[in-house]
Amino acid sequence: MELQTKYHGTIEMEESNYIHFSNGIPGFQEEHQFVVLPLEEDETFYIMQSVNTSTLAFVMVNPFTYYPNYDFNLDESIVESLQIKTPEDVLVYSILTIQDPFENTTVNLQAPIIINSKNHMGKQIILNNEKYLTRHKLMEKR
Amino acid sequence: MLVLTRKLGESIKIGDDIEITIFSTKNDQVKIGINAPKSLEIFRKELLIEITDQNKQAANVQGDLLSILKKNEMI
Repeated sequence: MELQTKYHGTIEMEESNYIHFSNGIPGFQEEHQFVVLPLEEDETFYIMQSVNTSTLAFVMVNPFTYYPNYDFNLDESIVESLQIKTPEDVLVYSILTIQDPFENTTVNLQAPIIINSKNHMGKQIILNNEKYLTRHKLMEKR
Repeated sequence: MLVLTRKLGESIKIGDDIEITIFSTKNDQVKIGINAPKSLEIFRKELLIEITDQNKQAANVQGDLLSILKKNEMI
């Protein structure tokens, strides 16, 4: 299927690659389907592109690249709702708030995007851990 | 909205599975204990508002993403 995207132009995308967010994400509850695309070949940044709204896309990173000690437990409620069978199936991304200049960019470690790579179900979860905030400087540790 | 008055240590039941207990009060703060099925997500409301705001900001990149990233690589 042809997909209009914010950063990749028009692309060809199989529906089987769609990630399903049954309740959307906070602020975008009506957006139930996204695709995750690497921004460029080096896979530093990922784009979470809405299937229905071509102008809606989030820039994400793998948080463990920037914060190797990043650590949290998935609540039973999440494991159940995403039908997660093994930890190996879980993909974790963190949404960036891009700023110009880039050094002011922040990363949301408090509400990671969790995707079950087996069944393509996704959810933005909220960590009840005061260590992690919605706005960490991305460049602080690397 | 249903409003109930409770004393310290007293509880409220919501359905069969949810129990909310008043643990302590101090000045204008109330410590609340919640017993609920693990399938329910529980979090502070202001956190959800903060994440909603942050998502909206994140979706709205000011300027051209690729040129912001390129500038950064050159430094």
